[in-house]
Amino acid sequence: MAAIQTEHLSYVYSPGTPFEKTAVDDVNVEIEEGAFVGVIGHTGSGKSTLIQHFNGLLAPTKGRVLIGGEDLWADKSKLRQFRFQVGLVFQYPEYQLFEETVYKDIAFGPTNMGLSADEVNRRVLEAAAAVGLREKHMEKSPFELSGGQKRRVAIAGVLAMRPKVLILDEPTAGLDPRGRDRILGQLREYHEQMHNTVLLVSHSMEDVARYCGRVLVMNRSRLFLYGDTREVFERADEISGMGLSVPQVTRIFLGLKEKGYDVRTSIYTMDEAKAELLSLLAKEGK
Amino acid sequence: MGFIEVNHIHFHYDAEEGMEPVTVLEDMSLQIRAGEFVAVLGHNGSGKSTLAKHLNAILVPQSGKVTVDGMDTADEENLLSIRQRVGMVFQNPDNQIVATVVEEDVAFALENMGVEPPEIRRRVDEALRMVDMYAYREHAPHQLSGGQKQRVAIAGVIAMRPECIVLDEPTAMLDPRGRREVMRTIRQLNEEEGITVVLITHYMDEAAQAGRVVVVDNGRLLLDGTPRQVFSHVDVLREVGLDVPQATLLAHELCASGLNLPDDILDENDFIEAFLRRMEGR
Amino acid sequence: MLRDITIGQYFPGKSVIHRLDSRVKILLVMAYIIMLFLADNPLGLLLGILFLILGYGISRISYKLILRSLKPVVPIILFTAVLNMLFMDGRPVLRVWIITVTYEGIRMAVFMAVRIICLIAGTSLLTYTTSPIALTDAIERLLSPLKTLHVPVHELAMMMTIALRFIPTLIEETDKIMAAQKARGADFETGRLMQRAKALVPILIPLFVSAFRRADELALAMECRCYHGGEGRTRMKQLHLRYYDFVACGFMLCCIAGTILINYCAPVVF
Repeated sequence: MAAIQTEHLSYVYSPGTPFEKTAVDDVNVEIEEGAFVGVIGHTGSGKSTLIQHFNGLLAPTKGRVLIGGEDLWADKSKLRQFRFQVGLVFQYPEYQLFEETVYKDIAFGPTNMGLSADEVNRRVLEAAAAVGLREKHMEKSPFELSGGQKRRVAIAGVLAMRPKVLILDEPTAGLDPRGRDRILGQLREYHEQMHNTVLLVSHSMEDVARYCGRVLVMNRSRLFLYGDTREVFERADEISGMGLSVPQVTRIFLGLKEKGYDVRTSIYTMDEAKAELLSLLAKEGK
Repeated sequence: MGFIEVNHIHFHYDAEEGMEPVTVLEDMSLQIRAGEFVAVLGHNGSGKSTLAKHLNAILVPQSGKVTVDGMDTADEENLLSIRQRVGMVFQNPDNQIVATVVEEDVAFALENMGVEPPEIRRRVDEALRMVDMYAYREHAPHQLSGGQKQRVAIAGVIAMRPECIVLDEPTAMLDPRGRREVMRTIRQLNEEEGITVVLITHYMDEAAQAGRVVVVDNGRLLLDGTPRQVFSHVDVLREVGLDVPQATLLAHELCASGLNLPDDILDENDFIEAFLRRMEGR
Repeated sequence: MLRDITIGQYFPGKSVIHRLDSRVKILLVMAYIIMLFLADNPLGLLLGILFLILGYGISRISYKLILRSLKPVVPIILFTAVLNMLFMDGRPVLRVWIITVTYEGIRMAVFMAVRIICLIAGTSLLTYTTSPIALTDAIERLLSPLKTLHVPVHELAMMMTIALRFIPTLIEETDKIMAAQKARGADFETGRLMQRAKALVPILIPLFVSAFRRADELALAMECRCYHGGEGRTRMKQLHLRYYDFVACGFMLCCIAGTILINYCAPVVF
């Protein structure tokens, strides 16, 4: 069963006013359980609006959103339960921290779920460990931590709800390469352990290429493509045509192809690139 | 002599109870010549922002000396003339726009400097044209995209006609389109207007566009040279938690497997050219 | 959503009313308010209404916007109207149980309601046709004589400008924080008053923290742009009185004179 499914999902902002704008237009997509999905598309492509439908923060203007096969909006009283199943980490999530201690802040979500104190405790510690927060951090005020640590506290706050689906809107924005690799690495590890479904919204094609098995591309409010990362990078020229960047390694192969060399252009990792170039050398060397 | 001279400066934050004082800059020396485009590269906490704040007297070194156009930043008398000569743009575009209309914001510094109104008008229009935001002069800041806001902030600084602008991670909060807009603007200001640019960043692709790259780590100067020279130190950069361009990295790894490629490759075009030369040479 | 707040929204335009000196506009609105309170004859109020129709017409601001600006004050208007209707002595029109509605009461209720509506619509016209920055600027200049009494006029105006600048930013931020806390299961819609008030903590604290951080960064950015208080400051936009400013003032004076004349001379119509 699909973790998330949309049927003819459309969303219109400020309908009936001069500012009317269709942000999501007839999107049909089925996201498999356990997938690690990159969501790409530039600002205004509708990707942020789309993901806010997945946990019921926005209600579709038309169409349906199904979570684990159930219509999200069928019964409004169940909406909150769906929000616990689909965790959403916003951009710059550190700006939502408010509690006196890191521990209490991470516990906010699970406490809202009405879990027992023991269960909350278990989940808080588990989530904190998943993002590499140590015991000594737990009783500190979240406002004393460094930028990268705050970000990880905020992510732990969502992980602690143990959502089946985890959606992150640019979790690495503004971090340096080390902070970025750390958070993405931890998310991958968590994913491998828990087999949860992850949707990673990112502007960085390098990150998508490195971490995601599936990619969802939004363009001008429509779903352009949903498929394996390789399928997406096979259409690298179309992706760059949309104004999205492709990884520099992919650009190398696009350039070689243009110069008339017989190379695959769906290459997006360093190892593949190395292998492909060495085999090209061997071929041409004959 | 450089336009900005940083001579053996030290800076540390006072210790909290029971903690060691945090040293941010240690014996840092740097010369920035007029007309240069220098990128200062370093990870978060490397001291690069603290260094930037020393360049226009927001911070004063605890030992050592910083001079701007021959003026000591530690001397209060020089404060306004230093800030007029070295403008500063920050990371968050929202938090540096003061006025509710674009052109009013660009005029802000000039009004503070007591420039005559007709001259303000002239310079505001000129600055807005330089950053390609003239058409938006009557817009409210919140109607603009991140990249546009950041260009307004840049206009607000260049309206002072500074000799140098220091940009502290100006693209960190922008999407790829905004980053491209801002980088194009910065390059133009340097190439066409001859403004000295100091760009603080942790994006290596931005640093690669500069004429000179300075790598800062642990409050010390680690590497200093042209982008080609600096990025050839792949192992050093990775060790201090920085990226190198994928093309540089690929060339580096191919070298490791016995292929003879130059070590000063910066982008895909460099790579393709070098690779083809290598292939034909066989 | 919070974003839809429209009170005091500025609609840019090129009409003569838009171009009037903002200082003059403020003075005109004050004069208009005086005129409304001088009028004790319905004909005088009619003049006030005509003045409004003319003002909105010339500035090409949609009359529908009057309704929008009235929305938040409807309860006040109704409340005063009801009070007037019930507690005015005079010729009874309707008697239900112990409540007596008098002819004078109805007249007063209508009169007061029209007066308040005109007052709101008139001041709204000022904010619809004058940018907030021009308003702040005008207030700063109108109050500048107080500087000699050591009133920090420039500082107050600067604070107003910054507040205006950051209102949209903070509203957007509030929306974002609310969404983020909802995603963690926060519940703002149900529960008793105390619970609801408590539910606001996760919004207010991040909002305050962020506002302080923004203030800090803004102060730094302002310092970098040579801000050092109001001393020696010049302004890009100079305000000059033009012929239409004098025409408008003249017209206003005529209207006030007209109102006074009506009070003394015109018969009471109803």
